[in-house]
Amino acid sequence: MRALSTHRRHPLAGVLVLLLGLVAVGGLYSALAPRTAQADSAGADAELVAAGRELYLVGCASCHGLNGQGILQSKSGQYGPSLIGVGAAAVDFQVGTGRMPMASNSQQAPRKEPFYDDAETEQLAAFVATEFGPGPAIPGSEYYDIADVSEEEVTRGGEFFLTNCTACHNAVGIGGALGGGRYAPSLEGVEGVHFAEAMITGPQSMPVFSDAVISPEDKRNIYAYLNEVQTQPASGGFALGGVGPVGEGLAGWVAGIGSLVVFAVWIGKHSVRARKP
Amino acid sequence: MSTRIETEGSSTASTKRSYGPLAGPTRWIDDRIGLAGLAKKQMRKVFPEHWSFMLGEIALYSFVVLLLSGVFLSLWFDPSMVEVEYQGAYAPWRGVHMSTAYASSLDLSFEVRGGLLMRQIHHWAATLFLAAMLVHMLRVFFTGAYRKPRETNWLVGLALLQLGIVEGFAGYSLPDDLLSGTGLRIAEGLMRSIPVVGTYISFFVFGGEFPGSDFIPRIYVAHVLLIPGILLGLITFHMLLLVYNKHTQWPGPGRTNDNVVGYPLLPVYMAKAGGFFFVVFGVTALMGALFQINPVWAFGPYDPSKVTAGSQPDWYMGWLDGALRMMPALEFTVFDWTFSLNVFLPGVALMGLLFGVLAAYPFVEQWVTGDKREHHLLQRPRNAPTRTAFGVAGITAYGLLWISGGNDIIATTFGVDFYTITRTLRILIFVAPVLAFIVTKRICIGLQRQSAETVLHGRESGIIMRSPDGAYSERHVPLAPEAAYALTAHDRPDVAALPPATDHNGVAAPHNRVQHARARLSRFWYADDRQKPTADELEQAHAHGHDDEPAPELDSAQEFQGVNELGLPRRH
Amino acid sequence: MSHDEHRTGEGATEGGTGSHPVGGAASVPAKPVHDGHRVELRVGDPVADPGLGTHEPRPTDIDPAAEKRAERQISLLFAISALLTLGFCVAYFAIPRDTEFAGTNALNLTLGVTLGLALLLIGIGAIQWAKTLMDDHEMVEMRHGSSSSAEDRAEALAAFEQGADESGFGRRSMLRGTLLTSLGVLGLPAVVLLADLGPLPGDDPRKTVWAKGVHVVNDVDGKKLRLDDIQFGQLVNGQPGVFFETEDGEPLYEGTELLNAKAKASVVLVRMVPDEIVNAGSAAKGVEGVLCFSKICPHLGCPISLWEQQTKNLICPCHQSTFDLADGGSVVFGPAKRAVAQLELGLDEEGYLIAMGDFPEPVGPSFPEFYQD
Repeated sequence: MRALSTHRRHPLAGVLVLLLGLVAVGGLYSALAPRTAQADSAGADAELVAAGRELYLVGCASCHGLNGQGILQSKSGQYGPSLIGVGAAAVDFQVGTGRMPMASNSQQAPRKEPFYDDAETEQLAAFVATEFGPGPAIPGSEYYDIADVSEEEVTRGGEFFLTNCTACHNAVGIGGALGGGRYAPSLEGVEGVHFAEAMITGPQSMPVFSDAVISPEDKRNIYAYLNEVQTQPASGGFALGGVGPVGEGLAGWVAGIGSLVVFAVWIGKHSVRARKP
Repeated sequence: MSTRIETEGSSTASTKRSYGPLAGPTRWIDDRIGLAGLAKKQMRKVFPEHWSFMLGEIALYSFVVLLLSGVFLSLWFDPSMVEVEYQGAYAPWRGVHMSTAYASSLDLSFEVRGGLLMRQIHHWAATLFLAAMLVHMLRVFFTGAYRKPRETNWLVGLALLQLGIVEGFAGYSLPDDLLSGTGLRIAEGLMRSIPVVGTYISFFVFGGEFPGSDFIPRIYVAHVLLIPGILLGLITFHMLLLVYNKHTQWPGPGRTNDNVVGYPLLPVYMAKAGGFFFVVFGVTALMGALFQINPVWAFGPYDPSKVTAGSQPDWYMGWLDGALRMMPALEFTVFDWTFSLNVFLPGVALMGLLFGVLAAYPFVEQWVTGDKREHHLLQRPRNAPTRTAFGVAGITAYGLLWISGGNDIIATTFGVDFYTITRTLRILIFVAPVLAFIVTKRICIGLQRQSAETVLHGRESGIIMRSPDGAYSERHVPLAPEAAYALTAHDRPDVAALPPATDHNGVAAPHNRVQHARARLSRFWYADDRQKPTADELEQAHAHGHDDEPAPELDSAQEFQGVNELGLPRRH
Repeated sequence: MSHDEHRTGEGATEGGTGSHPVGGAASVPAKPVHDGHRVELRVGDPVADPGLGTHEPRPTDIDPAAEKRAERQISLLFAISALLTLGFCVAYFAIPRDTEFAGTNALNLTLGVTLGLALLLIGIGAIQWAKTLMDDHEMVEMRHGSSSSAEDRAEALAAFEQGADESGFGRRSMLRGTLLTSLGVLGLPAVVLLADLGPLPGDDPRKTVWAKGVHVVNDVDGKKLRLDDIQFGQLVNGQPGVFFETEDGEPLYEGTELLNAKAKASVVLVRMVPDEIVNAGSAAKGVEGVLCFSKICPHLGCPISLWEQQTKNLICPCHQSTFDLADGGSVVFGPAKRAVAQLELGLDEEGYLIAMGDFPEPVGPSFPEFYQD
């Protein structure tokens, strides 16, 4: 899937590079704007919003509509969904993980190298949050700062993780399949802020996990547990992709039976004969 | 040793040696249990040599590794479902309530030195044990080694494979982690699907409702005592029958249905087979060191409300899981009794079907072919096209079930939709085996023709000749007699003729319908085969002398060294 | 089997002499094979058995230097193996349990690699010894048919008949009948004794701990839920509140009892925009778009919580049965036959979500008595 989408990206990537050039030429706002940890959707800086509008009109409006109302492609589905009330968190997640802008209209927007830099992402977030109605703000570090999480809290995070996350994302967070070619992506190397945004906003197929049900503190605990399973050494050796028995079975047949058959062939092979003198 | 004079008697020359240090102990033992008579015969027993004869040994040695590593694990593993609060070395689960079984699995992995290695060796050895049994069975099948007088051993082997699957599943269930619990949950559903008595079976097996607290102690006894005991007994029987019937061999010069040509147990096979045990153990240990298998700590303790993406059984149950995934929703209720065929057919009946067909196969083949002779020479797969085609069709179906069992992993790995995979497989499971059968049979017959050509006209030399009038032809090199013999040293099958519709009095013959079916099947079995050339054909081909050029001299170094598994002469 | 006669003739092998030539069809009379096909005459094998070839020596058989070299090489393998085994023992004591090396556990890696290589080298050495230095003349052993001789068989049968006759087993029908009956009924205790393996199912598979007024709470922390807590597109993994209640400091459910209850009572709560719910009956069982479904798959009981909030599909990760929660949990795809069971929701006086009763049907996999009362 990833390999395919990389290929598919090529034609559109050219267009995007062109757009980037345009933005750079008219880039009056981007360079100076420092990234703040919190972007309050209500009180966003007017300058940010204006810059965001520019970016939005050039890069997003063609699919999501000039007013963020979404654009229907056909009766079967939307070309771009409505952005009314999605809030800054959704924008920061979608754009900050490179999912938006989408490379092609496929089942699911894959995570990729972000197209907009941090400052531009912030401008877009500010614009969407201000213009298209309030929504969840970009979560603060209390959702993902795991510097001083206690061992008990990691354990609690593990219980939440196994209850709410592993069914789709797998016990070690490598992701899994959903219906219709969609998938729960791997959680490897996901930034804390994006992790929290995904839980709050429920991007794409993923459901929402609101703060009222799973508190910010518990979200942080989940992140701490995720960090723990992904950074702990694979005690038993090479993890074979972490996909469980399918990978193990493959390894057993290829490496195990394969190598033993090679030995069997060696045993059954006639030893070298001396040439007749 | 190298200076020993090479005569026929050289192998017995050693009997002249004095047995100084051994004479005492030998006498002491023999005075009491009198085994010298047996030992005398068996110690120099001859085994034929071929790589494919070692596949069963992989299974045997994996079993030994399983016994050794299993004994180690049993010293620490505690098969109890009593709940404890974990306070061991694996930090993320400290303070969590879990079963003693899971807690002791964590202790084995993180606190007992070498425990993780032994757990992984045990699991890898189980993977290899079952895989080796399967490839060994395929070897026996495709070479016709199950034919008389070895049908009994074929059945024993099938029993071993089934018990091995049950044993493996029991082991997979013991650590009580999330994967093993999910597997048990499915097994419980399978029990419930058994018509009429399903609920009772499930309640008796689990001691009440799932998961209960009885199952793991019960399955533990089965896993460490009952099933290994039966396995051990059956393996012993399997080996005794092997010794009694003597090993089959490939046909070739000097290798007939009446002899075994090979190397003696002592010393050659003691060294080769013994060495192979260490190789199997070594490979298993290396896998245990390098490849992580079943990281139970990552899955957490079993909780019926939790599950992980990629919940799969070990590979040998994968085909059953695949069948469950592939099956459409077929369930109905008659007279208030519910029949969950969507579960029962793939989950329970399929296993019975597969092993039933495998068990019946030697006898069905014997009935169709009418071949009731003893066979000690193996057949090349091409020389039994129908059997080979059945085998490949079976492998195809099994492979499709495997794919189905991993459909979610395949979906994410290759970016396809698992609904599409499943819908496609639902069709392929019926179509692909038939295609595989036809294609394989044609390939076999093609290869038979090629063999016959080689016997008649020699092998292709790769040298293109141009005749004076400009025609190009490839020079054929006549086969050495040894090679020609190896290519033709197999039976010429009989195709049963249709029996007369009436007996000689004009009365309808009683068994006619059965005989007709048999004759038809026999024709289906054999009729398209390219039989090996007859002596007449060979003579004619030689007389025709379509190779006018003189036969080139064989390189003196290319002395005949027996035949390889393709029946071609082995040269150096 | 009349057409089979020729085989009976050659079937002498069955009698146990085991001696017929390779390609035993040689003795078979000429006979047409198949009317539609080329008629082929069976005239024996085209090529005669040339017999075993002559033995060719190996370099180690004729060259003392090569022999010495091979011996040295194999000894070296054994010696290295011994060193590795010693290394294994040293590593066992020297390497702390939790040392990390190259992303894995150093102790496991070292123990496994030393042990594995030590074993492998012994094996390779032994095999190499056999291949290069042990006598490699092929030996021929004759086979004997698998059956006993005809006399042995006859004697065995006679002995059995004599024994049977002396016992009178055949004649004394009353003795025989009562003995066989007494032995036969001995099978009963073997079955009867197993009756205490488990209780009879009774109503257990039909009932869960859900009842009117039981709070639907968040799993893990037992937090009670208000409508406002649950957003559109949200999934909550829920449990009955009674799992988190205590009486005199002791939980109401713990250990096995808790797991058994959880295996039936786990639920998922989802919230959809009411317009999106196409099944009115199902919508009516919820509260303002919040619906509660069993988390236990009606196929084989795996917990199902892969909810795609865009398609409203709930997917089982075990066998991919797919249920449409916007349509009352009906089956969209996969092996499951029944819709996933729905729990009727209500609100208590404080506005917390509660169940309005137990599930209307048994949850989890089907069983034979599923539709009986």
